[in-house]
Formats: sequence, C-alpha cells, structure tokens
Amino acid sequence: MFYREAGEFKASYKADQAILPIRQDRWFIWAILAVAFLVIPAVSSDYWLGTIMLPFLILALAAIGLNVLTGYAGQLSLGTGGFMATGAFAAYKLATMFPGMHILLVLLFSGTITAGVGILFGIPSLRIKGFYLAVATLASQFFLIWMFNKFGWFTNYSSSGVISAPPMTAIGDVLVTGAHATVTAKYLFALSIVTLLALITKNLVRSNIGREWMAVRDMDIAAEIIGIKMLPTKLKAFAYSSFLCGIAGALWAFVHTGSVEPLAFDVNRSFQILFMIIIGGLGSIMGAFLGSAFIVLLPIFLSNAPHWFGLDIPVDLISHIEAMVFGALIIFFLIVEPHGLARLWQITKEKLRLWPFPY
Amino acid sequence: MNIKKVKTGIIAAAVGMACLVSTPAVMAAESQFIGSLVYRTGPYAPGGIPWADGFADYINLLNERDGGINGVKLNLEECDTAYNTDKGVECYERLKGNGPTGMPAVMPLSTGITYALLDRVVADKIPLITSGYGRADGSDGTIFPYVFVPPATYWGGADIAINYISQQEGGYGNLKGKKIALVYHDSAYGKEPIKTLEALAAQHGFNLTLFPVPHPGLEQKSTWLKIGRQLRPDYVLMWGWGVMNATAIKEAAAVNFPREKFIGVWWSGNDADMVPAGDAAVGYKSLQFNGVGADFDVHKMIKQVLYANGKGSAKSEAGIGEVAYNRGVQSAVILTEALQGAMNEFGNKPVTGEQVQWALDRLDIDEARLKAIGAEGLFDPIKLSCADHLGKGRAKMTQWDGTQWKAISDWIEPNNEMLGAMYKESAAAYAKEKGITPRACN
Repeated sequence: MFYREAGEFKASYKADQAILPIRQDRWFIWAILAVAFLVIPAVSSDYWLGTIMLPFLILALAAIGLNVLTGYAGQLSLGTGGFMATGAFAAYKLATMFPGMHILLVLLFSGTITAGVGILFGIPSLRIKGFYLAVATLASQFFLIWMFNKFGWFTNYSSSGVISAPPMTAIGDVLVTGAHATVTAKYLFALSIVTLLALITKNLVRSNIGREWMAVRDMDIAAEIIGIKMLPTKLKAFAYSSFLCGIAGALWAFVHTGSVEPLAFDVNRSFQILFMIIIGGLGSIMGAFLGSAFIVLLPIFLSNAPHWFGLDIPVDLISHIEAMVFGALIIFFLIVEPHGLARLWQITKEKLRLWPFPY
Repeated sequence: MNIKKVKTGIIAAAVGMACLVSTPAVMAAESQFIGSLVYRTGPYAPGGIPWADGFADYINLLNERDGGINGVKLNLEECDTAYNTDKGVECYERLKGNGPTGMPAVMPLSTGITYALLDRVVADKIPLITSGYGRADGSDGTIFPYVFVPPATYWGGADIAINYISQQEGGYGNLKGKKIALVYHDSAYGKEPIKTLEALAAQHGFNLTLFPVPHPGLEQKSTWLKIGRQLRPDYVLMWGWGVMNATAIKEAAAVNFPREKFIGVWWSGNDADMVPAGDAAVGYKSLQFNGVGADFDVHKMIKQVLYANGKGSAKSEAGIGEVAYNRGVQSAVILTEALQGAMNEFGNKPVTGEQVQWALDRLDIDEARLKAIGAEGLFDPIKLSCADHLGKGRAKMTQWDGTQWKAISDWIEPNNEMLGAMYKESAAAYAKEKGITPRACN
C-alpha cells in the first residue's frame, strides 16, 4: 500500500540510474541517516554509543571491505584481521612520525598503505582459487601479526608491543582520539567516515569495476573470454578491500579502543568479519551492516538480557547460555535464509509491495 | 510448526525485549558498588575461577562479618569477560556507572583489557589496579595518576628472577658467561621482561637467548629441542600463560631439562597449570607476589563465616588456598583497604572513583594492618604515594612439590633504583606521545 512505485516516473537516465530509484527507499535511508546522526547521539548513553554503536560501525566498515573482496569479487579471504592491523599500525606510525598530520589524512594514507599490502598478498589469487586462496590469505594474517610483533620499529620500540593513539582533532579543536575525546564526537566521526565510504563503495560496485568483479565472481573463465583482464580486476578488488579494512583497523585502534596490541587483530577477528558477511549476506552493502549488527549486538544483548528481567543468574552460566543461544541462532538463520539477512530484507520489501493484497 | 510463525515470534520477542529499558537490579540505597571483571568461562577459566572466588569470598566475608566497610554494605557484581578484550571493554562500560557512585576501581585481569582501558579510566576518573600485570611504567604516578600496579611488575619480576639465580650461583659475579633463556608468550605480556633482562645481561655479562612461543603455545617441540639439545642453558625463565605453561613443563621434562633450573613468572605459577603437567612439574619453580597455602587467618575466617553456612563462592573448600584464589583475596584486600581509606576521609557513604584514587595515592597496608586482616604473610606490606604507584615490588620464589607450592625464599626486593629509572624513562616516552603533562607530586 505504502511501498509502491506506482506514479513515480523517471524522466532521465540520471533518475533511472539512481542508487535508490524508489522514493520510499530514499525516504527510508534519509530517515535512517537522520536517526543515526541526530537521534542516537541525543538519546543514547555513553555505554550505548561507545560500547555498542562504535564497534558496530567500525566492524561494519571492515565487513564492507571483506564483502568487496569475497562477496563481489568472489575471492575468499581470511586475512581481514591482518589488513586491519596493517591499517592500525600504519596510522600509528604516521601519527607519531608526523605529529601535525590531520586525522583524515592519517586514515587516508594508512588505507593506501594497507591497499599496497593487500595488492602484494593478492598476487597469488591469479593462480590460486577458492579454499586454497583462503589458506594463502590466512598466511598473510599470521605473517602480518608476526611482523608487527617481531619488529620494534612498528611500535616505536615499546617494550610491550602496544600502540596507543595520540590525541587528535577532526574539526577545529574537537578531539576524536585519546582520553579526553567525548564518546559523541568519536561516534559522529566514525559514522561520517563509515557513511561516506559505504556510499563510495555502493557506487563503485554499480560501476564497470564492480560489474567486472561480479563477472569474475560468477565465472572467471567466461569473464576472461569477454575481455576482462584477470590480474588487474582481482588486484583492484584486493586493493580496495584492503583500503577499507585498513581504515577500519585504524579507526578501531584510534577511535574505539585508543590502544591496541597486535593480538586484537588475530585470526579470530578475521573469522568474526567473515561470519558477519556470511550471515549478513554476501555481495550486499546492507548485508555488511546487518551482519555486523548481528555479530556485535546479539552477544551483548544476550549477556544483558537476564539482568533486565531481574533474573539472578551467575555470570559463568550467562556466558555459556550466550554462546549456546548465539550458535543456535547462527544455525537457524543459515537454515531459513542461507543468503543472509540482506536477502531477508529483500524478501520483506517484495512482500511489502503487495501488502495488504497478496496474490 | 510453521517456520514463518517461529520467525515472527522471535522477532516479536526481540523487539519486546529491546524495548525494556536497561534497569540495574534493585539494590539497597546506600551500598558501595564493586564491579568485578572476571573470566569464569573461556580458554583460561581454570585460572580465572579461583581468582573470582577468592575476590568474592573476601568481599562477602566483610559483608557477613562486619556488615561491609565502616557500616557501608558492599554490593559486588561480576561481569564475565572470558579473557576477551572486546568483552572486557563492554563489561567495563556496562558496570562503570552502576550503583550510587559508579565503579570505585577496575581490575581487568588481562593485559589486553588493561591497555584498552588505559585511556578510558583517565576520562572516567576510575582507578585501574593491575596487580602483577599491565604496564610496568604505570608505577610512575605522576604520568599515570589513575593506574596502580602493586604489588609487583614484570620488570621487577625479571630482576628478581636474575637476583635469585645469582644467589644460587653465589653472587652476581658468577653470572658472567652463564646462559639464560627466556621462553615467552609472543604478546604484549610476554615481551614485557625482555628490556629488563637485556639490560641485566649487559650489566652482569650473562648470555640471554629469547624463545617466543606463538599463542596459544601448544606447539613447543622445536623450541625445547633447541633449548635442551643445542643451547643447553644454565637457567630457563618463562613468561607463559594458560595452556602454554603445562606444555612447556612437559616439553622440558621430555628433553630432560632440570625443572629446578626452570623459573616461571607468577602467571606461570598457577595450581591449574601444574596439575596437568603431572610429575613433570615436580621441582619447577615460580615467582609469586603472594603467599602460598591455605593456612592464613583470613582463610579460616572465610571457611568459618562463609563456607560453614553454605555461602562460599567456590564449589568446595578445597579451592581455598590455590595461588589464584589467594591473589583474588589479595586484590580484594587492596581494593577494600582503599575504599576504607576513602570513606575515612570523605565520610561513611559510597565513594567515587576519584575518592578511591585519592586513597590509593596514600594506601598504606603495613604489617600490623595485615595482621589485623588475617593476611600476615599472604602478601608483602604495600605503601604507595602520589609518585610511586608500585611499592616495594617484592616477590617470593616458590617450588612445586607435586601437590602444592612451597615457599623457598623470603621476599626478594628488585633493584628498584635501576628499575625506577627505567619506569620513568618509559613513562616519559608515553607522556610525550600522548601529550600528557606530568602532575606535580609533593
């Protein structure tokens, strides 16, 4: 009834090629952005902003990064954590070597450095496919973490190998990193960056580059026959994916935790992000956000829920229940919706078009 | 049942639950909230459970026997981190605002969580107490006003271990040319002692060889073949954690490295790590910053007041006196003494983190006070000041006899003169990086 494009006419190619051709979708996205930028910072407590929304956004960015590589270009990767660590350490080195550098430049350069590292580890992808590629990228995960642990230069010879973010400002003198940055400033900063990069990515995957990626994903031989060059296409995917993961890692270290050791980006982080895109939906920007919400929010929700109901359950039991329910829900969603939460979202929209008169 | 209906039901339930506003459990109006980050689950739970039990038992003992501190009841809430940094940060953020005055202090029980909280505690004005872990340079109170590291640091631990070895060898002069190996967990934690050991090696002329063990440390065959067959060091030090400890001890036995010359730091000295190694662990030595055994008065009181009435936290009395349990009691004593100090100054009502920080800056748990608590010998007296957030930093050497730890030395004091300079230098580098102006301490 409400969700129907009847009466909406497109009079130009521009209108026809818009990201959201349907007016209701545009309203919906604007409403979500308004809520994210205005309502959430106004009504949420520091706990919600800093502990739930911030990791959700940053991991969603990493999930978008992995989704470009795995979901759009079809290259299975387990190196996400390593690339995030590269971004974090690159940002740290840049911020300490050039203390006056603006945080946006730091993020941009650390993303670029990570893209370079991603290209390096992407080279084998021309010869290796599928699960074997996953193993090759797993090597990058272990190599990068080992490297940051091994060479003191990366941590400015800190005895523990932990890096910590110097205080930096975004606009004017509003701090976004360090001890005295407010949670709201951190949240809005991360939100702006994630929104911008998600928008760029959405447009990128709709462009010829994105179509090449999808052609390679769907059938690499066919793609090659119609004239898509394998090496540049795959490397572009690795570069852009690593770029996003690098920025996510830098945000994680600088804006979220403030100081990290390389172990914060161990192989579990790679798996966590891979699960996000599998549950959220491969090849979907929306799916990255849904998957990140599922993986980040659900365990927190499960561990808080007994408390909200006033149940006095010992903490170890809560932890065990949390792990069990979380596992069961993953299996449940994979059975009822193997294409991820994004597909569920799509089905909802299709149903909504017919509602309330399904045929 | 229709899948669709199940789905609708789950969504409805989720929405319904999300609508419930987070309200902390109803509690007495004027009780002191204590938030405790524990790991009763996860890969390291065997070491985390006794700590949590010891901590809770001492808090409950004060509640049951004395009605809290200065008449203010204590309200303990645990949050399970599973030794996971993300979860730990979430726990801290969840607990920090609870109770009438918020969390008075945080003990994260993990190096990873400690580093993640370093910035946050400054902004939240909540003292971070890291007993025997975390940043060694946190002992510089001028740069880390909210970080407290009593009773010992890793750097001090490394120095004490070398000190002990020199005693065994008949003086520092005899260390020249000796070969000492360090087997360490390849993480922020394991790397802490390296700088100190390198400095000591240069000073006393022994050869230091490093053996990093990747997490989790189940695979150490090649490491120990190198140690046992090639290098053949005079002593091996270990900065291990969790399953790595038992594995290392078994591998040391396999290459026949004498366990008497194998010395672990305190986190390689849990009962839970020795039992799986079985007979291989007999003779193995470990530093401890707390007394060992269950014969202290505080244990007797805990048994009498809590366990006799079925109010103990541990499953049975057998857990009392484990090393990790004693550390839990010790941490609880440090915290409650600070709470009492804050209440004595600011009035007998729940205190804030800032007030507890004031009290920790002046914390003085001397012999007489320890005796009154019933913890004489359970740990070394602690005296802190505005600039010194460590105290003497002493530790004991203990040896595993197959069933329990036996103390084989008195408290050994590290070379605080040398370490103090190192703490200062490291803290100054941190301050420069973060743009911190050291506070004045008079």
